[in-house]
Amino acid sequence: MGKLTPEDLERVGEQVRREISLREGAGRACVTVHMGTCGIAAGARKVMAALLDELEQAGVDDVRVTTSACAGLCSREPMVTVELLGAAPVKYVDMNEQRIREVFREHVLGGHIVKRYALAVGSERMQ
Amino acid sequence: MVAYRTHVLVCAGTGCVSNHSLELRALLDQELRRRKLEKEIAVVTTGCNGFCGQGPILVVQPDGVFYQRVHKNDVPELVEEHLLKGRPVRRLMYVPPEEKEPVPLMKDIGFFGDQMLVALRNRGLIDPEKIEESIARGGYRAAAKVLTTMTPRQVIAEIKASGLRGRGGGGFPTGIKWETCAHAYSEDNVRYVICNADEGDPGAFMDRSIIEGDPHAVMEGMIIGAYAVGAHQGYIYVRMEYPLAVQRFYKAVAQAREYGLLGDDVLGTGFAFDIAVRRGAGAFVCGESTALMASVEGRVGEPRAKYIHTVESGLNGKPSLLNNVETWANVPQIILKGAPWFASLGTEKSKGTKVFSLAGRINNTGLVEVPMGIPLRRLIYDIGGGIPQGKRFKAVQTGGPSGGFIPESLLDLPVDFDRLYEAGSMMGSGGMVIMDETSCMVDVARYFMEFLVNESCGKCTPCREGTKAMLDILARICDGRGQPSDIDTLEELALAIADAALCALGGTAPNPVLSSLRYFRDEYEAHIADRRCPAGVCRALITYAIAPDKCNGCGACARHCPTEAILGQVKQLHTIVAEKCIKCGACHDACKFDAVIRQ
Repeated sequence: MGKLTPEDLERVGEQVRREISLREGAGRACVTVHMGTCGIAAGARKVMAALLDELEQAGVDDVRVTTSACAGLCSREPMVTVELLGAAPVKYVDMNEQRIREVFREHVLGGHIVKRYALAVGSERMQ
Repeated sequence: MVAYRTHVLVCAGTGCVSNHSLELRALLDQELRRRKLEKEIAVVTTGCNGFCGQGPILVVQPDGVFYQRVHKNDVPELVEEHLLKGRPVRRLMYVPPEEKEPVPLMKDIGFFGDQMLVALRNRGLIDPEKIEESIARGGYRAAAKVLTTMTPRQVIAEIKASGLRGRGGGGFPTGIKWETCAHAYSEDNVRYVICNADEGDPGAFMDRSIIEGDPHAVMEGMIIGAYAVGAHQGYIYVRMEYPLAVQRFYKAVAQAREYGLLGDDVLGTGFAFDIAVRRGAGAFVCGESTALMASVEGRVGEPRAKYIHTVESGLNGKPSLLNNVETWANVPQIILKGAPWFASLGTEKSKGTKVFSLAGRINNTGLVEVPMGIPLRRLIYDIGGGIPQGKRFKAVQTGGPSGGFIPESLLDLPVDFDRLYEAGSMMGSGGMVIMDETSCMVDVARYFMEFLVNESCGKCTPCREGTKAMLDILARICDGRGQPSDIDTLEELALAIADAALCALGGTAPNPVLSSLRYFRDEYEAHIADRRCPAGVCRALITYAIAPDKCNGCGACARHCPTEAILGQVKQLHTIVAEKCIKCGACHDACKFDAVIRQ
């Protein structure tokens, strides 16, 4: 940790800004991993780990990741809901570590719904 | 950099820490590890959230869910239900008084929703022990701006234009103080800046919470002030009764030095400034500027007459710029957002926001920051949640022992330096103690006078002897031995002390008596003329009796009586033996049928 100049303040701030922005509760996208007993049994924890890994690699700070209970379709778990700001939520089914990475890159970052894994568009809002 | 999906913000202000929030944090860490969630969810300790009455407080972000009164036994459920499965735990959420449904989100809770945060802008958002988090929220940008793009004269002009007035009590225009100090003659050009963190009013905890939540905002304000007046050494005078605040200051100063934000070459600009922390022993008088400076010098904390102001000759006889914690914390925001922005908040002569601590008979005990000019009624009822148990509001004490009481008839008064002064009280540093119908105003005045007698430094006679004489009279009135001439004597003494005392502390010492006489003279008269305490507080003036039509002989009163003063057979009428009764009120509290009457 060296002595700072005025320009360095931005750099130091940038390093932790993402953490702080999480606490401010804002974000352009919200990804919900359904963590009911059924979801966990089907591998939702691994899906979550893969998602967080993607998030870290992408270095984005405005995507919220959260969990919610069983979505009611236990046979198609693990399920994930992706909600972009201002767009209808999209439910994905039969997720695994590799598929969630595709969904993250194509839908969350790219803005294109991954139709091959999608169950429905415009389902009930989770919060 | 690890990506967490959730942050659990654990309040680590003094209120929550004394309600075991740090143990809660340890248990959370442990439970998260057990559930293998430690890489997904971070636990962060923050400064005071302000909602101290509901502690310990946890906030889960980005969900925005607010949990209150969390017990260590709640941790496993909280982790499994909310943090793992995403099902917020309703039973730990805040339920507003007189409502049944919990409010899940912090932003929807009235207490938080109606506030406007300037001095407290980082509260509950950053870990105050990590300077990087302060920097990420814009910390030290104002210092950088001042040091690289502004002249000292421009800085002073900006503060003057903002209309900022001292938050410590007096409400003196901050910019003028800075200007006077900058222009004051100093033989060797030595000047000091000082932060007054010697908050001593009973029921006041604004400054403590600012320090505990965001010490860097205060220090950044001091850097800016030092540059403006040409000082190279700063002192923070903080009382040892605030151990957490002291510790956070020490840590913050060390981190700032390491980053070159304090030292010989602040931010590489060539400006030299350092801060030392001085701990006070908690004497009330040391919040007075001259006494404070004497204490920093290592002398006895006693004030001196101020025919020469401390901005001209203060610490070590040098020009010294002393501002209160909250004043300093406002400075960086004024520099960053501009004087017009700050001047647009508040009222004509009281600009910006003010931090208040709400204590006493109020539902939402805690810390709030609101724009100046907000009516007392909104502060007490909308934000403070009103009076507990449906009791009736009687008065609010503002300005600590130097201030006064505001009665119910003036509840629509806007909170503003000048309006409070006109009403016979003062803004003070922002402590508000709320009283309801069960408070006796003579007894409360006696309490404050007792505090002042204990805290009077004794240097000048009017304060040392005068406050004692006033206390003796107040005690006599409460004891049922008041004389008809007592009210006149109190008023005469009050005026003499106000005129002749050496420092502002003595000068304002009679205020609790004067303002309670102004609005509650009838209570004094009832004590003296009728030997009656209308609020039923003063023991010598009340008697307990049992109403025959309500007593069903359950015996609860007799079981609770510590002196066996209650006689009666089971299912028979009970009676109180006046000679044995010590008027403790235990029977009154124990009776479920309102049969014990206090009169």
